[in-house]
Amino acid sequence: MSRPYAKLPRWIDYGLIPLVNLVVAFLVAGLVVLAVGESPLQAAVLMLRGAFGYAEGFGFTLYYATNFIFTGLAVAVAFHGGLFNIGGEGQAYIGGLGVATVALSLGAILPWWLNLPLAIALSFAFGALWAFIPAYLQARRGSHIVITTIMFNFIAASLMVYLLVGVLKPVGSMAPETRTFDVGGQLPKLRGLFELFGFNLGGAPLNVSIFVALAAAFLIWLLIWRTKLGYEIRTLGFSPRAARYAGMSETRLIVVTMMISGGLAGMMALNAVMGDQYRLAIDFPQGAGFVGIAVALMGRGHPAGIVPAAILFGMLYQGGAELAFDMPAISRDMIVIIQGLVILFAGALENMFRPGIGAAYQWVRFRTEEPAGASVGEAK
Amino acid sequence: MMDLSSLLDLIDSTIRLSTPLLFAALAGLYSERSGIFDISLEGKMLIAAFASASAAAVWGSVMLGLCVGILASVGFSLIHGVASITYRGNQIVSGVAINFIAAGLTIILGQSWFGQGGRTPSLFGGGRFTAVDLPGAEAVRDVPVLGPIYSGILSGQTPLVYVAFLMVPLTWWILFRTRFGLRLRAVGENPAAVDTAGISVTWLRYRAVIICGVLCGFAGAYLATAQAAGFTRDMTAGKGYIALAALIFANWKPVPVMFACLLFGFLDAISIRVGGVELPVIGQISVQFVSALPYILTVILLAGFVGKATPPKAGGVPYVKER
Repeated sequence: MSRPYAKLPRWIDYGLIPLVNLVVAFLVAGLVVLAVGESPLQAAVLMLRGAFGYAEGFGFTLYYATNFIFTGLAVAVAFHGGLFNIGGEGQAYIGGLGVATVALSLGAILPWWLNLPLAIALSFAFGALWAFIPAYLQARRGSHIVITTIMFNFIAASLMVYLLVGVLKPVGSMAPETRTFDVGGQLPKLRGLFELFGFNLGGAPLNVSIFVALAAAFLIWLLIWRTKLGYEIRTLGFSPRAARYAGMSETRLIVVTMMISGGLAGMMALNAVMGDQYRLAIDFPQGAGFVGIAVALMGRGHPAGIVPAAILFGMLYQGGAELAFDMPAISRDMIVIIQGLVILFAGALENMFRPGIGAAYQWVRFRTEEPAGASVGEAK
Repeated sequence: MMDLSSLLDLIDSTIRLSTPLLFAALAGLYSERSGIFDISLEGKMLIAAFASASAAAVWGSVMLGLCVGILASVGFSLIHGVASITYRGNQIVSGVAINFIAAGLTIILGQSWFGQGGRTPSLFGGGRFTAVDLPGAEAVRDVPVLGPIYSGILSGQTPLVYVAFLMVPLTWWILFRTRFGLRLRAVGENPAAVDTAGISVTWLRYRAVIICGVLCGFAGAYLATAQAAGFTRDMTAGKGYIALAALIFANWKPVPVMFACLLFGFLDAISIRVGGVELPVIGQISVQFVSALPYILTVILLAGFVGKATPPKAGGVPYVKER
């Protein structure tokens, strides 16, 4: 993303400005809460209590966060390559098909720990495949990837409805979903693990795929910052002309980046389909693909930022659900507003407070380091 | 085989279903021709639908509803403008944000104001746009062929339908026959040249974005106060994106936009009717395939296999004046 403004130290760029943007987003959300006649402060307290106050709530928070780590990483990888993947929702949906393929066919034969790697591979492959066509069209035919990935979300939704009311539905059933997976197609919950520490997760669907998500976050960090491919992806995102001049194949990079992105989005299905519902149902991603955009922007594209950002959104999802019990005026749709505000202030308006903060910083610096005129000049 | 009356019925519903698409696609046309990509047509339609239905329900006047709807939509347009013109933010990101804010806000406010699960109270009487009977519609009804076309299709639509279709020649005239239109197109292709000529790029783009808001306001008001009798949760249901698809399909030109919207409206109209119909050779048509067709067609078009999409050159790029 272009930065037509003066360069600032890293802690301002990656710490202060995102924080200010986030605070403003939440302040505006607070105004909405105020507008519907509830106390924003009380809402925040209730939300925090719902998300972190007891073990089961915390389990739900982490369950949602797992979804958002996958989709946030997906959006972030594409961002590094200068590509905007809005298609995470569709890729996750199709990824579910990959998970279901493994769980339905091998669920009764293999144990879960053998099915998990297969499901990871297939969900990644299905998501990657769904991202392949828009990527190829962008690379070779110049079709705008934002538009094609949006279109592919809708096509995925239609395709999945078609499959779920058709071939995937068991005979005699009315609900548009597959049959429940056999035991081998069900990922174990982390209830037992938490009980060792004396916490009761209750019905929280937190399962082993959170470890897959964290491993993915680490691998993406390795990929982007420690490998040749990652360097190429970042070059492409920073300056496609430089990438071309350095002899990198733009087509290959766009396709590979988008397929990694789509694959990560597809892996979100592990958590929701194999870890919680044990069947493939209509619209299971429930907007997680879109939350990924907010998470990636808030985490500034770095796994170390994405994981906390995903937990924050997990908290909003879980806390928001609890909040709706105590404050009927505030339903879960409040989260959609917050999500939009975070995307607005941390993404589109990221430059709004920059000149002000920059000027304030220069002023403070000038005051504290009176004689150091040279360093001020250098900072420009 | 289809008889005349069901054919007329199909054409009639095609027109009704194309109208919101047409408003929204023309809205996007102004914005994108000026170099501001706008994927927030969906969100602006939604907030306008909600605002117009709320105002019409409270004050009982559909015209007031329309005005409030337009105001709400323009307000969201200005957010997009501030983000993408003044602060040179990413236009796609800003559009995504607006879509989410609109989706959440309409339900939270609707629930808080009316307490009906996000719906607004049903509109009746003066709270809705009603059909206009063109002069002589009754008299010619029995004339073969032309009679039913005049009285069944041309007459008996709500006023907004006529406004939408009149906007097509008007938009063409504004874009290609006025000084404002020339500058608007220029700023989307080469803003530096416009700037050199001493014309404000910022103000031109803001005007384009405001026009976009006004037209999205019409689109939303049509959905909530003409097509339906009140706002329902998520009532745009992707129409903003279909309008975007129509805009691309029509290569950012006003008259083709109308045909693209009619085509997508027609697909929408037949998707309800063809479910389970057996056709020779093809076999059974699935509803899902027909409803996905606008998106599939747009992707095929974007891929450049049928025609070629040429977006405005400066689209999506914030203008930085040389300093």
